[in-house]
Amino acid sequence: MFGFGLLSWLTFLPLVGVALILAVPGDTEAGKNNIRWIALWTTLAVFALSLYAWSKFVPGVADFQFVEQKNWFGSGLTYKMGVDGVSFPFVVLTAFLMPLCIGASWAPIQSRVKEYMIAFLVLETLMIGVFTALDLVLFYLFFEGGLIPMFLIIGVWGGKRRIYASFKFFLYTLAGSLLMLIAILAMYAQTHTTDITALLHARFDPGLQKYLWLAFFASFAVKMPMWPVHTWLPDAHVEAPTAGSVILAGILLKMGGYGFIRFSLPMFPDASHYFAPLVFALSIIAIVYTSLVALVQEDMKKLIAYSSVAHMGFVTMGLFAMNQQAVQGAVFQMVSHGLVSGALFLCVGVVYDRLHTREISAYGGIVARMPVYATIFMVFTMANVGLPGTSGFIGEFLSLMGAFQANSWVAFFATTGVILSAAYALYLYWRVVFGKLEKPSLTGLQDLNPREWAVLVPLVLLTIYYGVHPGPILDACSGSVAALISDYNSALALTKTAALTLP
Amino acid sequence: MNSISLELAHALPEAILAVGGVFLVLLGAWRGRDDDGPMSEFAVAVLGAALVAVVLGRHRAGGVVFSDAFIDDSFGDFMKALSLTGSIVVLLMSGDFFRRAGVNRFEFPILVVLATLGMLMLISANGLIALYLGLELMSLSLYVVAAISRDDARASEAGLKYFVLGALSSGMLLYGASLLYGFAGTVSFSGIAAAIGDKPNLGVIFGLAFLFVGLAFKMSVVPFHMWTPDVYEGAPTPVTTFFASAPKMAAVAVTVRVILTAFPGAASQWQQIIVFLALASMALGAFAAIAQTNIKRLMAYSSIGHMGFALVGLAAGTEAGARGVALYMAIYLVMTLGAFAAILSMRVDGKPVEQIADLSGLARTKPAMAFFFAMLMFSLAGVPPLAGFFAKFYVFMAAVEAKLYWLAVIGILTSAVSAFYYLRIVKVMYFDEPAPAFDRPDRTQCAVLALSALAMLLFWVFPAPLVNAAAAAAHSLF
Repeated sequence: MFGFGLLSWLTFLPLVGVALILAVPGDTEAGKNNIRWIALWTTLAVFALSLYAWSKFVPGVADFQFVEQKNWFGSGLTYKMGVDGVSFPFVVLTAFLMPLCIGASWAPIQSRVKEYMIAFLVLETLMIGVFTALDLVLFYLFFEGGLIPMFLIIGVWGGKRRIYASFKFFLYTLAGSLLMLIAILAMYAQTHTTDITALLHARFDPGLQKYLWLAFFASFAVKMPMWPVHTWLPDAHVEAPTAGSVILAGILLKMGGYGFIRFSLPMFPDASHYFAPLVFALSIIAIVYTSLVALVQEDMKKLIAYSSVAHMGFVTMGLFAMNQQAVQGAVFQMVSHGLVSGALFLCVGVVYDRLHTREISAYGGIVARMPVYATIFMVFTMANVGLPGTSGFIGEFLSLMGAFQANSWVAFFATTGVILSAAYALYLYWRVVFGKLEKPSLTGLQDLNPREWAVLVPLVLLTIYYGVHPGPILDACSGSVAALISDYNSALALTKTAALTLP
Repeated sequence: MNSISLELAHALPEAILAVGGVFLVLLGAWRGRDDDGPMSEFAVAVLGAALVAVVLGRHRAGGVVFSDAFIDDSFGDFMKALSLTGSIVVLLMSGDFFRRAGVNRFEFPILVVLATLGMLMLISANGLIALYLGLELMSLSLYVVAAISRDDARASEAGLKYFVLGALSSGMLLYGASLLYGFAGTVSFSGIAAAIGDKPNLGVIFGLAFLFVGLAFKMSVVPFHMWTPDVYEGAPTPVTTFFASAPKMAAVAVTVRVILTAFPGAASQWQQIIVFLALASMALGAFAAIAQTNIKRLMAYSSIGHMGFALVGLAAGTEAGARGVALYMAIYLVMTLGAFAAILSMRVDGKPVEQIADLSGLARTKPAMAFFFAMLMFSLAGVPPLAGFFAKFYVFMAAVEAKLYWLAVIGILTSAVSAFYYLRIVKVMYFDEPAPAFDRPDRTQCAVLALSALAMLLFWVFPAPLVNAAAAAAHSLF
């Protein structure tokens, strides 16, 4: 339509909502409500469009679909979009989480509603753009552009230490990404193209690959986040408003993993192979160390933030194990974690809105007052632990199984993380939900209201649905992952032959 | 037409400014009054006519005229258009400020016109004498402009400081020029290039170094930047705006031209100098600005850093590099004018304020202004998708293509550092509790702020015209 393809519409549709919101005065109570409704309908429309795209999407094919290409600059850069089985689930995930975020911000956000909704809709455009861009420069624009709205969301609507957290978030991510920019420029200087599909088959010199890989790694490791550059995440999570945390955990973290699959592994196979032990080591440290750190947290959001770092450790481990199960498991783990950790932050938000504290010690025994909430919270806790029957299990199991084939020691240490995750998640659940309801502040608690029902129930359903029927996501990415792995192996074989034939 | 009028046709914008400047002086003397009156409007008309002449003449075949002293090419046209735009916008924005400050002297528009004439001559200089002529015409006008509010001790100090250091740097430049003339036997750039060949001797390198001292001073790059923060802070804000915009265009343009047309044979020598200047400027611009509390001082350090980024493109010494520099300067000009439009409208109870803390909570008291200013800050920080990112993108692309990897890596890391202080301004405006609200800003300042911020915000949608113009400009140098 109008010369733009489905993906462009999907990406830029939220900006239409922004334009509408700009036209509405945001000072009055009625105006604020209008703005909320516009934002909700916009995100729902985007979600509907993404479902339509999902119905058109051919799963299991390695090629890019819905590709559109336009001239953009006079200088060899292009506007190119397209999705494959690896990126498309994230597009749908983004579109799915956004209406929930708007719903979760309905009552808690009362000041500067207009700016808040604009920031979220702009952020949605930028996030979808990251996953649909098929041009490096375009990708970089979206990837970095997302910092601005997130910076404002944390800084304006965040908690007490919001300024520190927002600066840390922005500068950490910016510093990492700028190195990636240099690598992008170097790749352009080598190949004279920034087209991702072309670069996937550009064979860089193995020596250069290491530098390029490290530059990309700097960016994605921060975004992921991997130990030891994860420290911005707990701060950002704790200080961000609930919906901001959901987006951070649900989508922004996935950009790191997506970057590894899209760029590091296929474009720099030799370097990926060379650095795989490093990634394994960092992943194991992340899994074990941050799980232990999570055990001693006093703040609910911080605990979940550290558990996110641990779960992302499974993802990086799976990705660099580089076999079908592991990579598919990693992709699944990312989608599942997007649902589960997002839902956990929403759960924290529910009680935070009532008591305005995230201290675990302020709670206890709330099952007596909030039985429905306790049930829903339990589902997500179990999914976070990786209980079979929830989506958390599939991803962890597949990536562990794949990692075991690649390196059994890695799998051994990572498995301890599963046990530790059960420890911290159940410990949290026990302290918050069970026990005796003694604290006077808790006696007046109300159970979920209809708005919170509407936000949480879709997540419960999906978590369980994907736990028993992981097919849709696994099928979608199987073709792309198979192509990725066969290209990777043939590239490694080529390098090996080249090394042998050299005198 | 005889030959002199043919030659003059190449210098039509300069001719317009020269005649217009003389006319303005006469008008000012004839009026016999000290206030500004319609002088600013006349000056804007003169500058606008020159701009029209530049823009309409851009497709005319270029040429070297006045016995090899003056060159008319698309690079010159591009940079002249930028300088003229800068001067025009400054004049449009300054009237309101000077009227309120009670220093609306009629000399200011005249001096701006004369300084702009110097800039245009500087940009078109094709020989050392023409270069010096343009440079001094520009500088002498700027010295007076810096001290235009005579009764203000800070402004006088700024003017004096600028004059003394400027005179020193002019001396160095002259010394370098005389060395170059001595060794090359000619003052024209192409003649110098031919005389040097591939192997510059030591005398030429000395001449080159001294020449660069003078040019670096005008660009205000480290280590010749000392005057910048004091002058930026001390001078009245419209003057600071002027200093930060138009003269920078001319100084960078002439540096690019000198390096690429006179010293292609000494590439390995000047490259070292430029790389050092770029690195030092980027680093100082990033680190020194962190502790500033005065926004004009902060902008001074920011401009030092930005000159460093522009020089990254020049360090590559390629056509892509020159394109990057031209594009960088264009985007820098728009960002600077916009940012200073916001600074000009920082006024509480009729009095101008210039502390960063005065911006506190601007997002609540003046949301539109805060949004535009924040966008300019993000653009200055080089965050995509704003135009400032593309400016950096093109210069760093040239540097990477020229295999200046370390320059690119260090440069880009300093830009992460500098992001900190631009963010701090956003933080002050958006996260802090409101300070006393600003007065209603002047309409021109609002328009400049809004237009420049929107241009930066939407640059990515349709960047082709500017990118192509910069590419054509760069192409004419090779």
